[in-house]
Amino acid sequence: MKDDNQELVDFQILSLKYKTRLTRKFKERKKYEVPDPNKLKSVIPGTVVEIKAKKGQKLKEGDVILLLEAMKMINEIHMPFDGKIKKIHVEKGQRISKNFLMVEIE
Amino acid sequence: MSLKKYILDLRKRREKVQQGGGEKAIEKQTAMGKMTARERILALLDQDSFTEYDLFVEHEARDFGMDKKQLHGDGVIIGTGTIYGAPVCVFAQDFTVAGGSLGLMHARKITKIMDHALKMRVPLIGINDSGGARIQEGVNSLAGYGEIFYRNTIASGVIPQISVILGPCAGGAVYSPALTDFVFTVDKISKMFITGPNVIKTVLGEEISMEDLGGARVHAEITGNAHFFANSEAECFDQIKKLITFIPWNNKQKARAFPPKPPKGKTKIEDIIPSDPKNPYDVRDVIKAIVDDSDFFEIQELFAANIVIGFGRMNGETIGFVANQPLVLAGVLDTDSSDKAARFIRYCDAFNIPIITLEDMPGYLPGIDQEHAGVIRHGAKVLYAYSEATVPKITVILRKAYGGGYIAMNSRHLHADFMFAWPTAEIAVMGPEGAANIIFKKEIEEADDPEKMRQLKVQEYKEKFANPYVAAAKGYIDSVIEPDETRKMLLHALDVSVSKEDHRPEKKHGIPPF
Repeated sequence: MKDDNQELVDFQILSLKYKTRLTRKFKERKKYEVPDPNKLKSVIPGTVVEIKAKKGQKLKEGDVILLLEAMKMINEIHMPFDGKIKKIHVEKGQRISKNFLMVEIE
Repeated sequence: MSLKKYILDLRKRREKVQQGGGEKAIEKQTAMGKMTARERILALLDQDSFTEYDLFVEHEARDFGMDKKQLHGDGVIIGTGTIYGAPVCVFAQDFTVAGGSLGLMHARKITKIMDHALKMRVPLIGINDSGGARIQEGVNSLAGYGEIFYRNTIASGVIPQISVILGPCAGGAVYSPALTDFVFTVDKISKMFITGPNVIKTVLGEEISMEDLGGARVHAEITGNAHFFANSEAECFDQIKKLITFIPWNNKQKARAFPPKPPKGKTKIEDIIPSDPKNPYDVRDVIKAIVDDSDFFEIQELFAANIVIGFGRMNGETIGFVANQPLVLAGVLDTDSSDKAARFIRYCDAFNIPIITLEDMPGYLPGIDQEHAGVIRHGAKVLYAYSEATVPKITVILRKAYGGGYIAMNSRHLHADFMFAWPTAEIAVMGPEGAANIIFKKEIEEADDPEKMRQLKVQEYKEKFANPYVAAAKGYIDSVIEPDETRKMLLHALDVSVSKEDHRPEKKHGIPPF
């Protein structure tokens, strides 16, 4: 079962480097990205059912930008703070995955 | 007047029902590379030991044309039998009958054998091969699942519960195996998921194959839902039989003892371990050099391989082993390995199996992903499980025992019964390099040759702390032993702990960091 030909690699824990193998899960782990408050990403996969805002439009905190249907619910996507819509990356009817960049604001 | 007529009638009825879904459905099952439910039971149990119950059960559904459908045995076979003479209760879903779908009577058969297993205090083995809920039976089907989950939970820690996934096991159904002690899977045959590829595709537009989503390999290696992975059903049944030899029938008994045997071969443990603590070795070689007949039965071999768990025997008695694996991820504790070890420790404790811990670990795995994945609460499970356990608990520190990991790996401070250390043990808050950099920061910075000073201080720290004697001087280690004395000392420790009693304050139950 186990791949015995796997190479030993240097693996740093705190100040020491160890010779060891890596697991598939470790190798496939996702790199952390610092969240950018100007980029609105989907927190749940779903379908964009309506876009209420336009590019360049100024909106207040809490205003609805678009509607995302997910898990049999219509979710309102709100402005997180007062600002302007820089770019809308989705279209009406588009199906998007989790963490999909929907809107850029400034 | 002879009874022959009645007997022949019974035989005819039996024969008819035992055909399950009929020839065509069986052909289909075979074409998928799968055995039938009945073949599986017969392959698993001792010859001629299977006694079937509820052969003639029929469903009572009346809607959607179900009144016209006869489903033999309602798609599940239940009964009792033995494995190497040990009594077990078993059920096997029959995919050839309405896709093994679970309706009310199907569920009642399963819960009947579960109740029986619990009452008789014998292990329960469930073979899952089912398309899921029988939609025509509506909420009755859901009720059936709920009754199964409830019994899984009530029986947990009382009788061993084993799930064998030999086909699809999807949606709510998959929570029954998740509640049981050991889940067995077979490559290309087992499929476990909450929502299948079709739903994922329609809802999310993401495409993934069934195998990549919830195949045996995924569950054995990535999710940790499976404990055993086999390449064929036959291999899977061998694994189950072997497991049965290691575990007791219930929580009031001990596992069967076997004739004691010395380890095979003449491997000197000293020769397994590299002198440089930064170089790896396979800790399973150490276990094999310690246990009877060098027979180590590993559990969750592919998942979180940085910790090794499994059963071996010492002097004929079953022992649970927990060992850091320097060969993989340097043997660190992380979320998955903590989870894996903690559950196994609780299993051993519930079923009166002493625990031997072999420690060689550099600490917890640093990283944003680990912190965000909750390494705090997962890591806490290990502390909880060891502290809570009242079976004999023995630790051998082989090399590194740094920081929080030292405490977590069944230290004296969590009330280990025996603490042994090899002379190569390094018990410290952190590795010598890191420690020297902090303690002697000023001296190193102000030295004419900082690198030389650093090396000097690292050496100084190593000599002073990177050994077992500081801990031994405080009584945290009972005995510093030579590697090749390990088996002898462990046998002694196990002998001494035969009548161990250790009581906990009365409580309904603790609240472990699930």
